Amino acid sequence: MSDTPLLDQLESGPWPSFVKDLKRVAARKPAAKDLLKQLDRSYKDKITHWKHGGIVGVLGYGSGIIGRYSDLPDEFPGVEHFHTIRVNQPSGWFYTTQALRDLCDIWDRHGSSILNVHGSTGDMIFLGTTTDELEPTFAELTAKGWDLGGSGSAMRTPSCCVGKARCEYSCYDTMDFCYEMTQEFQFDMHRPSFPYKFKIKCSGCPNDCVAAVARADLSVIGVWKDDIRIDQAAVAAYHAGEIKPRGGGSPYAKLDVKADVTDLCPTACMSFDGKKLAIDNKNCNHCMHCISLMPQALRVGTDTGATLLLGSHAPILEGAQMSWVIVPFTEMEPPYDNIKELIANIHEWWSENGKNRERVGELMLRLGMRNFFKSVGLEPPSQTVRTPRANPFFFWHAEDFEAEAAGRKYIKI
Amino acid sequence: MALSKEELVEFIYDMVLKAQGKKQLKAMDLQKAVLKAHPDQDKTMVKFAIKELIDTGRCVYTYFGGSFVEIPHEEGAAKH
Ligand code: HEM
Ligand code: HEM
Ligand code: SF4
Ligand code: SF4
Repeated sequence: MSDTPLLDQLESGPWPSFVKDLKRVAARKPAAKDLLKQLDRSYKDKITHWKHGGIVGVLGYGSGIIGRYSDLPDEFPGVEHFHTIRVNQPSGWFYTTQALRDLCDIWDRHGSSILNVHGSTGDMIFLGTTTDELEPTFAELTAKGWDLGGSGSAMRTPSCCVGKARCEYSCYDTMDFCYEMTQEFQFDMHRPSFPYKFKIKCSGCPNDCVAAVARADLSVIGVWKDDIRIDQAAVAAYHAGEIKPRGGGSPYAKLDVKADVTDLCPTACMSFDGKKLAIDNKNCNHCMHCISLMPQALRVGTDTGATLLLGSHAPILEGAQMSWVIVPFTEMEPPYDNIKELIANIHEWWSENGKNRERVGELMLRLGMRNFFKSVGLEPPSQTVRTPRANPFFFWHAEDFEAEAAGRKYIKI
Repeated sequence: MALSKEELVEFIYDMVLKAQGKKQLKAMDLQKAVLKAHPDQDKTMVKFAIKELIDTGRCVYTYFGGSFVEIPHEEGAAKH
C-alpha cells in the first residue's frame, strides 16, 4: 500500500496537484518524502505535527529564518528540522535566468529544494532545511549578493508592484522606492526591535496590485493630482466595438461606455452622452475603474505622487483593519528623505508606546489619531477624517487656548 | 552618568543574564531600562550595544510570538 493513501486522492482530479510535484522531489530528497508522509498522517490524526521553533537563525541576524520541527521525528526523520529561509526578493520580482539557477542550485545543495516564488511577504521562500545547513546556505546566498528578508518583530522586506518597469499606470517609481526603503531600514530588518512586525508595500496606482492597503502597515499608493487624460476618439472606438474590451479577452463583444463605465463610477462624476465623455475631476476619487476598463482611451494624470496610508493588519481573532490615509499626497522624489524621516518618527512613536505584539494600526486606534498626528509631527488633513466627531467629548489643551489667543481660527493639533 | 560603550554592553548583558528563565526582554525593554538608569545615554548606542552582543554570539534573538534578546540556550522544540 502507498505511504500516503489520503494524499494520493489529491492527485486524482484534473487539476494540478502539489502532491504530484512533491512526489517528484521525493525521488531525490528524503525531506520531501517525509513531508508527504507527515502530512498524510496529519490528515488522518486531524492535527498538525509541526512545532514552531524560536531560536534558530544565522549569526548576527534575528530575522529571516523561521524554525520548524516535527513532533514525530522518529517516524519522519527527514522533517525532524524543517526550517524556512526568507530570501529578500529583488524589487518587482525581476530575476535573470542565471540568478534563478544560482538560487535553485544553492537550495538543492542545502535544503529540501522546495521553494515558494513568492511568499505573501514578498520574499522568495526556501521551505525546509536543518539547523546545521542554515549558515552554509546563508554563506552561499551572500556570496552571490543575496540577503535574508525580515521576520519576527522587525521591519519586513518591503515589496512593490512592477511599477514603471512594465505598467503605464505607475504614478511613481515603485521599484526604486522599494529598494531605497530596503536599504534605509537594513538595521531594523535584521535586528528585531519593534513591538511587532512592520510592513511597507508599494503600489504604483490605486489598482494596488500588491494589496498594500489590506496588508501593509505602511501602504504607499501612487496617485495623480490633475485630470484624467481623455482620448475622445478612443472612447468612441470602444463604444463602437472597434477596440475590444480587455484587449479581446472578454466574452463581451463591446463595451457599453455608459452602462459599464460611467454609470459605475463610484462618485458619479462621469457622464457620456453617446459621443463625448466628461469627467468632473475634482469629484473623482481615483478608483481606477474607468481607466482600467478603457486603458487606450483614459490615462492617469501627469502631476503624480503617492498617498501614504497607515495601519492595515489582519489579526485572526479581532478581524482585519485596512490602512488609513495619513498623507493624502506627497511628491515621490529620490532620495525620499521626507518619507524616511516620517517612517522613523512612526517607528519611534510606536516603539515607545506599543505593547508587545501590538501593530501600529492598533496603537493608532488605541491612542487616537490626534495623539498619532501630534507625535509624528504631521498636520492632520481633512482627508484623514473617517468619521467626523464620533465622540461627543472634546478635550482642550492649554496650547489650544494659546493658539486661539494668538489669532488662529482653527486649532492646531 | 552615561556609560562607556564597554560598560553599556556589560550592563545590558547583565540584565539579559539575570532575566534568563524568568522574563523575556525585548530590545525596547532593554533600551527603556538603560535610559531609566542612565537618562543621558544615547539611544543609538543602546542599539549598537545589543548588536555587539548578538554579533559576538553572547546573546541571540529568539521568537516566541514576539522577538526577544536572550542568552543562547537549547531550542525546546528541537528536543525529542
Ligand atoms: C492540502 C494541503 C494544503 C492546502 C489546502 C494548503 C492551502 C494553502 C492556502 C489556501 C494558502 C494561502 C494562504 C493565504 O495566503 O492566505 C497557503 C499558503 C502557503 N502554504 Fe499551503 N496548503 C497545503 C499544503 C502545504 C504544504 C505541505 C506546505 C509546505 C511544505 C505549504 C506551505 C505553504 C506556505 C509557505 C504558504 C504561504 C505562501 C505565501 O506566503 O504566499 N502548504 N496554503
Ligand atoms: C496552527 C498553526 C499555524 C498558524 C496559525 C500559522 C499562522 C501563520 C500566519 C498568520 C502567518 C503569516 C505571518 C505574517 O503575516 O507574516 C504564517 C506564516 C508562515 N507560516 Fe505559519 N502558521 C501555522 C503553522 C505553520 C507550520 C506548521 C508551518 C511549516 C511547517 C508554517 C510555515 C509558515 C511560513 C513558511 C510562513 C511564512 C510564509 C511567507 O513568508 O509568506 N506555519 N503562519
Ligand atoms: S498597482 Fe497600478 S501601477 Fe502597479 S502594476 Fe498594478 S496597475 Fe500597474
Ligand atoms: S477613476 Fe473612478 S472615481 Fe474617478 S472618474 Fe474614473 S470611475 Fe470615476
